[in-house]
Amino acid sequence: MKEDCSLKIYPHEHLLGTEGLLPNEINYLLNLSHNFVNHLKEDKKKKFDYLKNKICINLFFENSTRTRTSFELAGKKLSADILNIAVGASSIKKGETMIDTAMTLNAMQPDIIVVRHYDAGAVKLLSEKVNCGVINAGDGPHEHPTQALLDALTILNRKKTIAGLKVAICGDIMHSRVARSNIHLLNTLGAEVRVIAPATLIPKNIESLGVKVFYDMKNGLKDVDIIIMLRLQLERMSGSFVPSIREYFRFYGLDRDKLNYAQSDALILHPGPMNRGVEIDSELADDLDRSAIFEQVRMGVAVRMACLKALTENKELQNES
Amino acid sequence: MNLKNPFNNKKKSISYLLKNGKFINLKEKKIEDKDLLLENKKIKQIKTGINITSKDVEVIDCSGLMIAPGLVDMRVNIGEPGSEHKETVKSVSMSAASGGITSLICMPNTSPPIDQPAIIQSIQRKAREVALSKFYCTGCITRGAIGKEICELQLMKESGALGFTDGYKSIANVRVMKRALNYVKSFDGLIIQHAEEPDLSEEGVVNEGEFSTRLGLVGIPSYAEAMIVERDLWLVRDTGCRYHVSHISSKDTVEVIRKAKKEGLNITCDTAPPYFMLNEFSLENYRTFLKLSPPLKTEEDRQEIIKGLKDGTIDSIVSDHTPHDQDAKRLPFNQAEFGGIGLETLLPCTLSLVKNKLLDICSAISLISINPSKILGLGSGIIEEGSEADISIFDPDKSWKVSSESFYSKSKNSPFDGMLLEGKNIMTFVRGKLVYKS
Repeated sequence: MKEDCSLKIYPHEHLLGTEGLLPNEINYLLNLSHNFVNHLKEDKKKKFDYLKNKICINLFFENSTRTRTSFELAGKKLSADILNIAVGASSIKKGETMIDTAMTLNAMQPDIIVVRHYDAGAVKLLSEKVNCGVINAGDGPHEHPTQALLDALTILNRKKTIAGLKVAICGDIMHSRVARSNIHLLNTLGAEVRVIAPATLIPKNIESLGVKVFYDMKNGLKDVDIIIMLRLQLERMSGSFVPSIREYFRFYGLDRDKLNYAQSDALILHPGPMNRGVEIDSELADDLDRSAIFEQVRMGVAVRMACLKALTENKELQNES
Repeated sequence: MNLKNPFNNKKKSISYLLKNGKFINLKEKKIEDKDLLLENKKIKQIKTGINITSKDVEVIDCSGLMIAPGLVDMRVNIGEPGSEHKETVKSVSMSAASGGITSLICMPNTSPPIDQPAIIQSIQRKAREVALSKFYCTGCITRGAIGKEICELQLMKESGALGFTDGYKSIANVRVMKRALNYVKSFDGLIIQHAEEPDLSEEGVVNEGEFSTRLGLVGIPSYAEAMIVERDLWLVRDTGCRYHVSHISSKDTVEVIRKAKKEGLNITCDTAPPYFMLNEFSLENYRTFLKLSPPLKTEEDRQEIIKGLKDGTIDSIVSDHTPHDQDAKRLPFNQAEFGGIGLETLLPCTLSLVKNKLLDICSAISLISINPSKILGLGSGIIEEGSEADISIFDPDKSWKVSSESFYSKSKNSPFDGMLLEGKNIMTFVRGKLVYKS
């Protein structure tokens, strides 16, 4: 991979979103990730000491298995000391606010905090109250930058470039941070992005983010190179956005029939966990030629290693100067 | 007066002669170089060059200052009873007096809500002891402000309620709203509506559009406001009751009300400074001090609000003062409370319309004095010989940076914090008594 990258160091203290990141900043992170992928391919047990003696806190206000494990593994491969904190309902019941929690953790002098929170903007607020680098591991329906980076890395791995590709993001766009982060990142790298969903799951004025909106899956998938399927966020649905799962699957679930409208070598991505039979046909999900779903998981660790390393280096440079 | 304490709550009242100020004559809509003599709670004389030398008369030199009627603010949320840590009758009245407000009308969304005469009497008793400004209440339309059964509206009116509203809640049930409008007609009561369709705005925290999509926040469609007003207009046509829409924020609502006024309906409305000073772009970075109800709208909406103020569609400007402590605002945007304080910025924000050549000074001051006074039937908000001496003396050119830490309100959640404003209240008289001097 030889994308343009003139940066010597990642220029931001935090990674809060993909909106506003410049192409060379994204490429910096992707190149770094790519290097980690290669190293791990050579020796899957290889460890690095970039984060030796650094404290890395995974602070999760919302349940997560995949993302938290991925960050934990990434941290361990970089030799960081890792603390996993799941802020359950108990401390919220005690009346402890997110800022109280952040201040307490900050006093332990961590080097990086990885945060997931159920409210949009919460991670940004937290980043203003601590002295270390903060990575957004998902804030409500707002952003999930490492997911977008790992999607981009997966695409690059298979398609070599992102510029000029047609990408369709399908499903619950309204409640999806993955959709928003992907839209910003893919647009910045020059892809043509479409979103496909029933109108109730398309947020107002999404076109202004630089996407084309389709309500019909077959039209929307026509000639696309990449299909990013989103999980139908059943747990977040209050009110009838879709009338039933079977109706949703019939019109918006990805099956062979609809897939035929895309390019013959179109790649399927999914941030997981999948609802088989809701947004994706089980058969497709397991087709390793077409679906990169498990590859994404592997890329995820490399991307998170890259982000942890990039922020640590930024911080060290700040401390020196 | 003690220099450290700018407030005066002594019972004794002396006479004052205000000399060399620019007197804002709202009746004739002009600025005059006249002196004012205040005696025995009233304005005794307005004349060019009054000269009295008596030890009973304190002469105040008002050179470079403007003399306006004391401001009337018809939408103030207080914390007492129930949230005294946010604001008390005393702190809200100090905040009002320092902002030039001499009549403040509090909203009934206290805890317990003002839904019966006894609570009005209790607040007024407290106000008589500690308040510097004139203090009035509104009452809930429905018991507990839950929108089901109407309260003892006429008894509350007898106890001093100037109007009826469920505060930050729309009356969703149209049958209840119709009965309320019909009922108050029998005693010429005033219904004040917070217009926001409750089902459409449920869970919403900002205006729906590009901005809400970008930030990943749940939006409230801007027509949620106009929709309720349009619905209510059918009831107003039917009942003929007096109807007032509070803090309007959208273009659509301005247009709906403009049309209704042309039709000759007996309706009035107000807006608040955030809706003509700011738009939703100020919310960048999830600033919770700007989380307001109704939410900030687009630039187009802001322009139409200004148009509505210019052409008389909007009758009044209110502070919409909503105090919240730190803990209610230092939260992720979704969890933070709605509302901002505004008593100490009402005057300069209104004057900004004059500075920007959108309104003349008499029209601007009318929006925060005589107009709301007329809607509520107060008889104040104007300076003429024989009227009660409620006066704000302000420096129209003083520019200052809003620092809510220096505010007298117990809460510091100003949407204008850090902004540069022009114009500041210097002295406030209530019934001829100098209650505030900076």
